[in-house]
Amino acid sequence: MEHITLLLGIVIVTALVFDFTNGFHDTANAMATTISTGALKPKTAVAMSAVLNLVGAFLSVEVAKTISGGLINEEGIRTEVIFAALVGAILWNLLTWLLGLPSSSSHALFGGLIGAAVMSAGWSSVNGSTVVTKVLLPAIAAPLVAGLAAMLATRLTYRISKKAGEQATSKGYRAGQITSAGLVSLAHGTNDAQKTMGIITLALVTGGVIAPGSNPPLWVIVSAGIAIALGTYLGGWRIIRTMGKGLTDLAPPQGFAAQTSAATVILASSHLGFSLSTTQSCSGAVMGSGLGRKGGVVRWSTATRMFVAWGLTLPAAGLVGAGAEFLTKQGTWGIILTGALLIAGSAVIWTLSRRQPVTVDNVNDVGGEPAGVVTTAIAAVTPPPAGTVAAADELKTTIPGPDATEPARPATV
Amino acid sequence: MKIDWAALGSVFGVSLIVTVALVGLFTLGIVGLSKRESASAQGDTATLAVTGAYACFAACAAAVAYGIYLIVA
Repeated sequence: MEHITLLLGIVIVTALVFDFTNGFHDTANAMATTISTGALKPKTAVAMSAVLNLVGAFLSVEVAKTISGGLINEEGIRTEVIFAALVGAILWNLLTWLLGLPSSSSHALFGGLIGAAVMSAGWSSVNGSTVVTKVLLPAIAAPLVAGLAAMLATRLTYRISKKAGEQATSKGYRAGQITSAGLVSLAHGTNDAQKTMGIITLALVTGGVIAPGSNPPLWVIVSAGIAIALGTYLGGWRIIRTMGKGLTDLAPPQGFAAQTSAATVILASSHLGFSLSTTQSCSGAVMGSGLGRKGGVVRWSTATRMFVAWGLTLPAAGLVGAGAEFLTKQGTWGIILTGALLIAGSAVIWTLSRRQPVTVDNVNDVGGEPAGVVTTAIAAVTPPPAGTVAAADELKTTIPGPDATEPARPATV
Repeated sequence: MKIDWAALGSVFGVSLIVTVALVGLFTLGIVGLSKRESASAQGDTATLAVTGAYACFAACAAAVAYGIYLIVA
């Protein structure tokens, strides 16, 4: 661990911070449906996901060889470029978290890398066709594949279980949801913690600390695993709320179908050589299961905002990455200024998020579109139906009142 | 630009079939087990339904195990 320069130290810390944001940004993928259907209590769910992420980080021995998967030319990449890319990715992750929009953390990192690489070495350093095949096409395919599978599975499961009572099946659906959520968590830990390990290892190689081609040192594996697990445990409640409650209303059978579809798509895609984003698969699956139930609705206004965020991920993270690279090119003061700007930007976003905090306690209280004034007013005066499902008790102990702090969204009412 | 349509197609097909099959099997298992409860309420044992249910769950467990194997490998 000798000869770690200031810049290298900054890059390692920044990479771990990115790993941390990746953790809480992506908790929703595994646990949003489980939490919103009441299969697990929110705290239990994120704890389970965190443990599985940590385990996943140690599971695979095959460490990401490239951090961008061929998107940019990584030969002779400078440490500053990696730093600038991470700055772009972290800020985009935080911003989408503030808005409660699920977007792909990997795509944010890709965007940051592209922006920083272009600023550093020009457009020739970006492999344009790889961008199309690895980022743009999957972004369209993932929600379609996962959504269609989840929709058909939801239809099927409702048809089969029609005769059995809700009481009799709820335990089974609960177990099924937890299992598939666990698989998603495990796969996430393996994939995404590896990515951070790859970044730190690349930075160490670039800085001449370890020999090219060597495996990541143990402390890198441990710290990357812990960072992603801590982030997961923190829980990105804003995104969990959007995915579990905002896109559609999920009943346990839908949650089970959606999560199973997501787990299958993620595993199938990464092993058949056409990687699909975890976040996009999960969001697609949730929407598909919303469409699959009779009378189910997808809130397209929320979905549209999410799609817009997906489209903006690459350019936005790229712009920030390019700006950061422009500063770091100026020398040491530029690097320090970039670091200061990153901290300041994160602080601003965090402060903004405190205005309407979404926490473990109110994650299932929808302040979203459909709970308009009328709905909540009716809910406030109507006593809960006598024959409530067992799960509903866990799900909501309070009826959300009209959220005064919620800004008026144009699409509401 | 070379788009690997074959890989994309197989991801599509495999995901669809596996998801629907797993969800179907698991639901059959749940329904089978629920038959036991209603049967025992009438003093019967729904042996066939219960055996079938456990077979379904076993198939699902095997799929999960294969999933973990894919993650580790």
